Amino acid sequence: MVKQSPIPLLTDGKRVDGRLPEEHRPVTMQVGVLPNANGSALVAYGNTVVLAAVYGPREPIPRYITVPDKAVVRVRYHMAPFSTDDRKNPAPTRREIEISKVVKQALEAVVFLEQYPKSTIDVFLEVLQADGSTRVTSITAASLALADAGIPMRDLVVGVSVGKINDTVIVDLNKLEDNYGDGDLPIAIAYRNNWVLLMQLDGVWKPSEVKRGLELAFKAAENIYRNMREALKGRYMAVVQQ
Amino acid sequence: MSSYPFEIIPSLRRDTLRRMISEGKRPDDRQLISMRDLTIRVGVIKTADGSALVNLGNTKVIAGIKFELGKPFEDTPNEGNLIVNLETPPLAAPTFEPGPPDENAIEIARVIDRALRHSNYIPLRDLTIIPGKSVYTMWVDIYVLNHDGNLIDSSMLAAVSAIANAQVPRAIIDGENVKLDKSTKIPLNINPQNMPLTVTYYKIDKYLIVDPTLEEEVMSDGRFTVASDGENIVALQKGEGYFTPEEIDSMINNTLSIVKDLKVKVLEMVKTPTGSLLF
Repeated sequence: MVKQSPIPLLTDGKRVDGRLPEEHRPVTMQVGVLPNANGSALVAYGNTVVLAAVYGPREPIPRYITVPDKAVVRVRYHMAPFSTDDRKNPAPTRREIEISKVVKQALEAVVFLEQYPKSTIDVFLEVLQADGSTRVTSITAASLALADAGIPMRDLVVGVSVGKINDTVIVDLNKLEDNYGDGDLPIAIAYRNNWVLLMQLDGVWKPSEVKRGLELAFKAAENIYRNMREALKGRYMAVVQQ
Repeated sequence: MSSYPFEIIPSLRRDTLRRMISEGKRPDDRQLISMRDLTIRVGVIKTADGSALVNLGNTKVIAGIKFELGKPFEDTPNEGNLIVNLETPPLAAPTFEPGPPDENAIEIARVIDRALRHSNYIPLRDLTIIPGKSVYTMWVDIYVLNHDGNLIDSSMLAAVSAIANAQVPRAIIDGENVKLDKSTKIPLNINPQNMPLTVTYYKIDKYLIVDPTLEEEVMSDGRFTVASDGENIVALQKGEGYFTPEEIDSMINNTLSIVKDLKVKVLEMVKTPTGSLLF
């Protein structure tokens, strides 16, 4: 892989957008944005914006996917055609199918599936604007939308991406760092339980770098977790006041 | 894998298995962190440019390599293309259905793809014919023939073995035209020390096991794959369940030593092509 970045990714310890290696982009979130959905959330990590909607628990269609003793979580991660520099063909790619699967597996570990036998919980994720770290932004959005739908969960799930520029481990990759960096380590964390729910790795990493990446992800998750709680509380307070 | 929602294990059997695992035992007398018997035979398919048949216990996976002419990607004008595809044909398990690769098959293929790409095992630069214009496209087609658990590791073994066995048809350049001469083949010059392998851990209660049989796999609560060349980590993939940072740390460290030992065995087994397809 000899892809050369058009501009240096790290100069004097600062990244292309002026951030320090461990600095996360501003995170904003809004819960309950789609009236039709049972739960929804809009989450932005810098310029990456993801909209999540939860429908369910509801009757599975097609019927044969029903599991008798618990709910099935279905996840569709999808990038809007206008979310990228070049138009993205809206047909699902192998990448999107894989991401949908790993996000599903992350969420399944925290939802109390046994409370909704024979039903599905559908999570739809649309990346509206992509600037790196879309899968971890999606997971944060999905978790908020599930909470907004009132689905009981063991924990909130926080997504954080970690990457590498030469030997420097960085947090929350933007598009340039994603395309031209030396590695990518998306992580999702059940914050209160200290569980890793999603972890993938791309690139060549020393075992010690992976360890540091995990530590940085947990550190970054703290703040996002607090934001998530505030966003949910705000939503419930608004309902109470009504 | 999650594609077996209706693979049913009686709860009595399930309880027994869980108790055994908690005592460090397994039904086939293995340790928690040990693999089933492995045999690899390369050169089993005459029509392929490279092939390998892997038997890992009762799991059987075959991989075939094919070279075609292709165009390089714009950002890598000096590299051949690598495409990894995995099929789960219905003959391999009662729960497999005909059709294009499902999410399970796509996931495995993509993890193997990432591990191969980052390990530098395949000399992709050697697969350039005319820089920026014409390169080889290397297809790694993995076929599951009998599924008895641990498809990720057995597919990875099949892929690296078939690649070790690969012969590249000679490219004939005639002005602007490029053709492949299938009658003259040159061995692919792999970097054996960079051979990546995966070790997939399955969690049953709080215990981690490797190389599960289908039964163990179906009743497991978590899955985590570590791909390594023995030195560095070249891919990770968390599947079902949850893992603590301490567990991840220990899986990574275990993998480094398992891969180092396993690589020696694999490199030995891929040395001499057998040519026979008998299982």
